[in-house]
Amino acid sequence: MSFFSFLSRKPTAAIARDRLQILLAHERGTLGGNSDLVAILQEEILAVIAKHVSVEREKVQIKLDRGDSFSTLEIGIEIPPGLAEKQASLKRAALRAS
Amino acid sequence: MSKVLVVTSGKGGVGKTTSTAALGAALAKAGKNVVVVDFDVGLRNLDIVMGAERRVVFDMINVIQGDAKLSQALIRDKRVETLSILPASQTRDKDALTSEGVEKIIAELREKFDWVICDSPAGIERGATLAMHHADVAVIVTNPEVSSVRDSDRIIGLLDSKTERAAKGERIEKHLLLTRYDPVRAARGDMLKTEDVLEILSIPLLGIIPESPEVLRASNLGTPVVLSNPDAAPSRAYADAARRLMGEQVPMTVPGEKTGFLTKLFGRRVA
Ligand SMILES: Nc1ncnc2c1ncn2[C@@H]1O[C@H](COP(=O)(O)OP(=O)(O)OP(=O)(O)O)[C@@H](O)[C@H]1O
Ligand SMILES: [Mg+2]
Repeated sequence: MSFFSFLSRKPTAAIARDRLQILLAHERGTLGGNSDLVAILQEEILAVIAKHVSVEREKVQIKLDRGDSFSTLEIGIEIPPGLAEKQASLKRAALRAS
Repeated sequence: MSKVLVVTSGKGGVGKTTSTAALGAALAKAGKNVVVVDFDVGLRNLDIVMGAERRVVFDMINVIQGDAKLSQALIRDKRVETLSILPASQTRDKDALTSEGVEKIIAELREKFDWVICDSPAGIERGATLAMHHADVAVIVTNPEVSSVRDSDRIIGLLDSKTERAAKGERIEKHLLLTRYDPVRAARGDMLKTEDVLEILSIPLLGIIPESPEVLRASNLGTPVVLSNPDAAPSRAYADAARRLMGEQVPMTVPGEKTGFLTKLFGRRVA
């Protein structure tokens, strides 16, 4: 630690307050704190995708970042190489046939 | 070979969660693959100490009940790549934590990580016994104070009788971590001496973590103290303890704050 490092050290109380405000807003539900919402979204999004490609549950990564004014939900789905193209062309063929 | 470590104490508020986060971060910084697991169902706070509270999607009970895969519940630390956290459930009933479920999760974690560090809830009830059940190593967090030492003694008894290793007639490796140690009060003779605590509990010493305002700053920031200020006294003490866990021989010291003259003069103003 440098001799003057204390000069640059910011107080941490304000950061603690901001973190708490965001956390509690979500927990109290004022920001749509429905904890099952993510599970519901995941199921429905997966169902839509499963119509087109088969995805393994293990290969689905879900990331959430609860924010102050908005939250972001990130769903990463690993699709096997080649599969997407193959299934899409099958689907197109099926559509044309019908 | 992977190791399951439980951080336990019996008594509440002695520094288990702080120590879980700090030891986990120190081991991960040393290149180990580490997961810290919160067993405090209903009162989780390891996620907060780790600064991951905004990123919790699924928790251990979601995994036990089959609503999510383990890989989906694990949260990767943003600062240390080899560090992950498995959160406890904040809302669900404690009974959802079944022993079969815990067994499965621990077995799966053993395959993925070098160190599985379980943050035990206070007390000697179900949550605490489940947290210690699969442990190979126990870190008993103790404050130099009568009630804390007595509770640690009780916990040591449970570790030797109620765990999987005990049932198999095997020994569980036990270490004492003395935390919130105040060198000034110790010098004044107003605090239980380290030697006395060691003699009473008769388990080896893993480290002595001094009482320090840096711990509160770290918790405000949501960063384990060894990452928020690696040079601070408690951080150096935790880093040494982590090296001892990895089998290194490190001389035992009570790290003091490296404070210069100016820091002493003005330190209070910025603290
Ligand atoms: N070395 C230390 N110096 C100063 N404060 C500390 C130190 N260690 C822990 N604390 C503080 O003590 C309080 C309790 O710590 P912590 O939450 O880690 O304990 P715990 O054993 O996990 O508690 P619980 O039994 O409720 O789970 C916290 O406010 C923490 O910041
Ligand atoms: Mg705790």
